[in-house]
Amino acid sequence: MFELLGITPQGLVAQLLVGLINGSFYAILSLGLAIIFGLLNIINFAHGAQYTMGAFIAWIGLTQISQWLGFPELAINYWFALIVVPLVLAGFGLILERTMLRRLYHLDHLYGLLLTFGLALIIEGMFRHWYGISGESYPAPELLQGAIPLDSIGIILPIYRVWVVVISLTVCFSTWYVIERTKLGAYLRAGTENPKLLQAFGINVPLMISLAYAYGVGLAGFAGVLAAPIFQVNPLMGSNLIIVVFAVVVIGGMGSIMGAILTGLGLGLIEGLTKVFYPQASGVVIFVIMAIVLLIRPAGLFGREK
Amino acid sequence: MNSKTKLLYGILVLIALLLPFQDFIYLVFAMKVLCFALFACAFNLLLGFTGLLSFGHAAFFGTAAYITAYFCKEVGLSPELGIILGVVGSGILGYLIGSLAIRRQGIYFAMVTLALSQMVYFLAVQLPYTGGEDGIQGVPRGMLFGLIDLKDDVAMYYFVLVVFLFGFALIMRAVHSPFGQVLKAIRENEPRAISLGYDVDRFKLMSFVISAALSGLAGSMKSLVFQLATLTDVHWHMSGEVVLMTLLGGMGTILGPVVGAGIVVGLQNYLANIGSWSTIATGFIFVICVLAFRRGVVGEIAAYYKNKN
Repeated sequence: MFELLGITPQGLVAQLLVGLINGSFYAILSLGLAIIFGLLNIINFAHGAQYTMGAFIAWIGLTQISQWLGFPELAINYWFALIVVPLVLAGFGLILERTMLRRLYHLDHLYGLLLTFGLALIIEGMFRHWYGISGESYPAPELLQGAIPLDSIGIILPIYRVWVVVISLTVCFSTWYVIERTKLGAYLRAGTENPKLLQAFGINVPLMISLAYAYGVGLAGFAGVLAAPIFQVNPLMGSNLIIVVFAVVVIGGMGSIMGAILTGLGLGLIEGLTKVFYPQASGVVIFVIMAIVLLIRPAGLFGREK
Repeated sequence: MNSKTKLLYGILVLIALLLPFQDFIYLVFAMKVLCFALFACAFNLLLGFTGLLSFGHAAFFGTAAYITAYFCKEVGLSPELGIILGVVGSGILGYLIGSLAIRRQGIYFAMVTLALSQMVYFLAVQLPYTGGEDGIQGVPRGMLFGLIDLKDDVAMYYFVLVVFLFGFALIMRAVHSPFGQVLKAIRENEPRAISLGYDVDRFKLMSFVISAALSGLAGSMKSLVFQLATLTDVHWHMSGEVVLMTLLGGMGTILGPVVGAGIVVGLQNYLANIGSWSTIATGFIFVICVLAFRRGVVGEIAAYYKNKN
């Protein structure tokens, strides 16, 4: 059957793996957008730029910071970056929320979109100014280099890519667990439904909103570090991704956390399959699916109209 | 319109008519401002008067630019026919994208238009007619109606000015008509407009199509002025720029987008030599406008006069 279609099983598996990886990134990013939207009612246009920032800070930590400080042996390695970079970005998010976004909550939601769009341009422009658009490479950590040969189907699995899928799914599903199954998550969901009532019960809602934004931005930074060894670290990596993630969010609807995760993964896989069967359409397939979903189910697969 | 406003418009048109008789402002720059001013006015019809934020207007601007460039260069049509085809093309595209996008409200509307315009961008990269990364270069300006040679910048300038005034007058007419009043009602309170019996979706779609077609008109003119249609015209940065022009000038005001277009185009000309600073400056203006200057230049001036009276 494979020969008939001119497709090798190796090619199929390889593209499915690529699809799964892209899907993991879509899932993490749309999860962050959904959490932020739930509490802040803002679409964080800077999400892509914050993902770029994550990748760049990891790269700077590994290769640049030792030169700046004059200690050649000092470098923030991958494992350290995986923890530090999301925290740095969460702090950055906290500052943005406290100084800027907070002033917009009483206005039309569109202003939040415009403000974060402006921030995205500033971040993207600055990295472009400092590092150009050629892209920097970030080596995968030693522990995860190499590949597992799967002789039965005749392909090799790069360890780093498997790791990315495993760790991002772990992060996604633990976030889901926290939101849906713990007390903290219950507050969060209550804040999404009715912040005023929750505040009347004595919960510090403004703090929760700040932390939710910080967590979403942190997730974007985490995805950036994960992406650094796979893609070239370049200033435009986030803006190209974020528009696809917006389409993913429209398809899934932002009402459900699990919905965001599953839609992200599923669309990544579909995109991978399209690359096998009809490569020309792989760039637009998600947008076409979005158009179809809008025709059939305008609120999105998991969404409800607010 | 009171007599003072009439006087203001009269002076502005007079200045525009006299512009070729001086050496301080390049005519190409003036034409660029007029093209983007028309683009921003068309966008403002949607954002300022209907309350719909489209983040994909570059799709209409760029599509029309490509259509006009293709038919004028490869097919050899006259400029007026090329422009008409561009406007019709972007109007049809506006109908397709609009009928999908109005199914969602608010933020989702912005995301849907952005995603669909990105699809148009991908098509522009891949289709054989658009010249890929190079775009369509060396588009002939041609003879308008077979009579006027547009190779001359002064002739081209007056043509652009006439087209701009036509588009501007059309938008002003639409805004002050009963149709425009319904659009404003939708902007202010959509459920109420529905309860009053208006077919809100139809009005939104009409506003979207008019806005798309006029954005296309601006794009077609731009491709003749610069004799060029490239991927920049369909890129989402362009969609962002037109949002900025409208926001900076004052959304929901008639003259705001024109002022905003003048400032943004002027700033870009000034910053063009310093690489990425243009993007960074654009970002900063966005942030400042949203945080502290939401009424825009014209909006602030209008508010000042209102307070004084």
